[in-house]
This record gives sequence, structure tokens and C-alpha cells, in this order.
Amino acid sequence: MIAERLGLMRGLAAAAVVLAIGFAVGGLSLLPAESALHVPGYGVTLTGKYLCYALLALSVDLVWGYVGILSLGHGAFFALGGYAMGMYLMRQIGTRGVYGDPVLPDFMVFLNWQKLPWYWYGFDNFLFAALMIMLVPGALAFVFGYLAFRSRVTGVYLSIITQALTYALMLAFFRNDMGFGGNNGLTDFKDLLGANLQAGGTRAGLVVASAVALAGFLLACRHLTLSRFGKVLIAIRDAESRTRFLGYRVERYKLAVFTFSAVMAGIAGALYVPQIGIINPGEFEPANSIEAVIWVAVGGRGTLVGAVVGAVLVNFAKTILTGAFPEIWLFVLGGLFVIVTLFMPRGLIGLWSSVARRLRRPDSGGTPVLKPMEAGE
Amino acid sequence: MNAALAELPPVESTEDRQSLLYLDGITVSFDGFKALNNLSLVVDPGEMRAIIGPNGAGKTTMMDVITGKTRPQTGRALFRGNSDLTQLDEAEIAELGIGRKFQKPTIFEMHSVQDNLLLALKGDRRPSRVLFARARRAELERIGQILETTRLAPLRHRPAGELSHGQKQWLEIGILLAQEPELLLVDEPVAGMTDAETEQTAELLRRINETRSVIVVEHDMTFVRALDVKVTVLHEGSVLAEGSLDHVSADPRVVEVYLGR
Repeated sequence: MIAERLGLMRGLAAAAVVLAIGFAVGGLSLLPAESALHVPGYGVTLTGKYLCYALLALSVDLVWGYVGILSLGHGAFFALGGYAMGMYLMRQIGTRGVYGDPVLPDFMVFLNWQKLPWYWYGFDNFLFAALMIMLVPGALAFVFGYLAFRSRVTGVYLSIITQALTYALMLAFFRNDMGFGGNNGLTDFKDLLGANLQAGGTRAGLVVASAVALAGFLLACRHLTLSRFGKVLIAIRDAESRTRFLGYRVERYKLAVFTFSAVMAGIAGALYVPQIGIINPGEFEPANSIEAVIWVAVGGRGTLVGAVVGAVLVNFAKTILTGAFPEIWLFVLGGLFVIVTLFMPRGLIGLWSSVARRLRRPDSGGTPVLKPMEAGE
Repeated sequence: MNAALAELPPVESTEDRQSLLYLDGITVSFDGFKALNNLSLVVDPGEMRAIIGPNGAGKTTMMDVITGKTRPQTGRALFRGNSDLTQLDEAEIAELGIGRKFQKPTIFEMHSVQDNLLLALKGDRRPSRVLFARARRAELERIGQILETTRLAPLRHRPAGELSHGQKQWLEIGILLAQEPELLLVDEPVAGMTDAETEQTAELLRRINETRSVIVVEHDMTFVRALDVKVTVLHEGSVLAEGSLDHVSADPRVVEVYLGR
């Protein structure tokens, strides 16, 4: 099982790099401002944001790259995780809000609500909120996936209904009487677990937490995809009916992975919100989910590491371009997707590995040579 | 086992109890077109049966019904006399012991030859079990045997996508063997094969038939002759003739619809 060991090593290396970046940025941000190595506050926020996007991309790659489920609605799970975290943060504000109500968030006082809606109960407790961060996106994915996979909805039809899912949620969350702050969403957060969200230490802690989450899920996904379970997933992606006729219940595998992936996306959203300081229905926008798919395509579908690389690079380009020439960004993004689809079907990782292979063995043109059978394994 | 749900009271006729597969009055229609029209067919345990017939005769639809891909409007498909296949889904039917080889070789191209067989080996298919499954020595040995049978041993660690067309067909037969089915359904195994490969495939199927029942759908008459088994001719969704190849070839109706052209 040499290939497995190699894949696991690569996963370990990628996770180590992610952790190193998280700890370096977090640690260096705590240096005094006049130090040459000091990372300014916006650099910390930006790194944290990229890490959360990378985790979202990882969740998309797990379902799209390994099972062939092209979800154009993963932004919905990200946003739901973000809202669950936002609800906790809102309830931590207490009497420090504009209206000073000890229980009701400002927007509810503004709407003349007398008491907290039932679905806000418990969110003052961090453990409850943490549970909801995973449970809400997970439950939605489970119910949605159960119905879709049982009816054998696949391909473009599935993509369209995932898109409809996130669009419907966006419209719902825009409504004031949903009780999630309408189009303003949830903001003005003060503290998380008692730590001031504006403090450098808290922000450093959040960036480290994002890196730990990303590294952990990177390893978990690598392990999953290299296991026999992962081989079944790839089998489903490449020859679904063959897998079915071998006796595998394809819909159960899809449902398990889709739900796990939604939980990952929810955790990414929950880490994102305290660092960005706001969550609003715009996060449900279909374009966001499509963008996440583009990150994965650019980095390299079905490689896990590619999803992380793609998310970071595309968002880095977005940060620079939307600052310098905001009007051309969407054209660049669209062009990038077309170029990658046409010329780099395996993304940057695929490009890199074929170049590396050619450099290592200039004569053999990249095709593996037939090796004599090895005894045992 | 969900299969238990589909168990019916034992059927009285002795023919049913002895047969491995008993298709009883199966009709499948698509938008009014009858792909199978009151089809009845009996396959005995240990038998190898060749099914021939012109395009559109219903050969592939028949395989779809047996493997649970298509539900017939009427009729039953009894396996071992007690399980009605028309009430089960693909995974349950596979678990009962029916394996299927598709017309176009369908293998997992991105996996190595070994992994293709590993996924096919008889075993617990539940996601929770598969998640923690590790390749055991017995499994690797079994894979080794199948590779010997299908002449793929030197290619064990190659990605399946790199195999030649004929090798892919054999790998798919190997996948079927790994499932340890009682009945193999084989759809046009020699399409696109060289003469030598065709001869080797006939030999392979004869060896498989020593321990398992086989139904082969094939157009290639040389191949059917080489198999030397009972032949069923399908036409417009039902059985036109049955018997040895020489017997059905002499039937004027068969000549008219099929062989004469």
C-alpha cells in the first residue's frame, strides 16, 4: 500500500504547513507594532478568512471531487454554521447593545418583539451553540440528501436543486420576521467565550483555531479518501451503476459524505463569522457557492490539498484585484474558470504533479512503467 | 438481511423448486412499446445458457429485470424458487448472489486492478463497516487467485484505465467472480475482442461454469458455438425457440427473424 502511505504523508505535510501558517500569523501579530516581523490586524483577519474559505473548499472537494456530487449550494451550510455562531455572539452582547435589553438583540427590540423566539433559546450557551453549528447544517444536508439520493437525482439536476436550496434560504433569511435580523443580519459582536473580539489575543486565537480546524479536517478527509470507504466513493463517482450491482447502497454512502461535508462547511462558517464580525443573508447568495466550486476547480478537483491551495490563491487574487480594479474581478473569475476547465482539468495540483513527474523522469513521458509483481504487500 | 422480506411461500410446482432462475410471464413496456412480452424462461442450477436474438429483442431489458434495474409491469422472477427479484433493489439482488457484466466494460478506471477486485470481494457493504475495513491476507490471496483465472496477474498494481479493451472485459468478469455469485449474467463479453481473446473468453466462461451458473447474451455465433450450451432465441420480447444451437438454427422462424439476415 505504497500509494496510500505516500498520500497520507502528503496530507500530513499539507496539514503541517497550514498549522505553521496559522501559528506564525497568530504569534507574529502579538509582537509589538514597531517590530519588523509584526503582522498587522488586517493581515490576521485576512489569513483567518482564507483559512475558513479553504475549509469550505475542502468540504466541496470531498463531495464533488470524490463522489461526483457537484453541490452549488454549499454556501448555505457555511452560512447556517455562521448564523449559529452569530446567534451565540448576539446573546453575549447582553446589556451593551444600543437598546440595552439584557435578553433581546437590538433588532428584535427595534421590531417591537416582546420575547425571544423559541429557536433562540439556548444560544447563550457556547456548548449548545457549538452543537447547533454542526447539527443545523448536518440535519439540513441529511434531509435534503435523503430525499435527493433516494430518488437518484444526479448530475446537473442535483446541482440545480442545491442552487435552489441556497437561494430559498437567502430569501427566507432576508425576511425580518424570520428572526435573524433580516437584511442587516447579525453584527456588533462584543465577545466570544468572555474574550473581547477586538483584542489582538482573541484574533490570534481565532486564526490559530481556524488553522487547527483546517489541518484536522484535511487529515480526516485524507484518511477517509484513502480508506476502503474512500475507494467506494471514487467507485461511485466513476461507475455508479457498477457499484450498485456490486451490492453497495450508493445512496447511503452519498448521504454519509454529503452530511459530513455540510458539517465541515458549517464549522468553516462558524469560524468565519467572529473574525469578519458580521453574518447576513448575502452569504446564502448562489454566487458564493459557485465561487467555492471555482476555487476547487482552480486548485485541482479530487486532491484535497488542491482545494486549499485554490481557495487561498483565488481569494488572494480577489483581495488584490478588488482593491486595485474592482470592476474587472468578475471577468477575471469567469475567465479563470473557463481557462482551468479547458486547459487544466486537474487544476494547479495536476499541473504541478505532471511537471514534477516530467522533471524526475525526462525519458518516460509520464506513463508508469510496468513493474514485476511484488510478493505480498 | 432485507432479502428475507421478499421471501414468498414455497411454490408448489416441482419445476420452480428445482430451477435457479424462473422468469414467469414478465412484461415490460416503455410508452406502449413492449420490450418484454410475457417472457417466461427457466435456468437450472449449474447451467450455462446463451441468449441470442436480433437488436431490440429484449435481451438487455431481461438482464435489467433480473438485476433490479427495471421493474416489470407484470410477472415474477423467482431466484432459487423463493426470492422474487422484481420486489428487490440492485444491492439486495447482488447480495443474493447475482452478478452482472455490462455490455460496455464497466470497471473502476481510476483504481488499480487489485482495488477493483478488493471492492468486489464478498463482504459487508455497510458504510460503517467499510469505513474501518482493512485488506486482510485472505482477501489478497483470493484476489491473487482471481487474477490467475482471468490472466491479469502481472497487471495487479496497474490502474485499470490503462488495460486493453479485452483485459477490461476480463477484469469485469473477475469482479463478478470476486462477488462469488451463484448466477453470472454476462452481456456481450466478446464484443470488440480479437479471435484469440474470444477463444480465451469462451474457455474462461466454461471454467467459471464448473462452479457457477451463467447466462450469456451474445451476437457472435462463433463464440456461441464454442460455448456449446443450450440456446434461447428471443424475439420481440418473448422466447421464439430454445434448444441446441443446431436445433434453433434449423428452425425456420429463427432463420427468418435473425440468422437468415
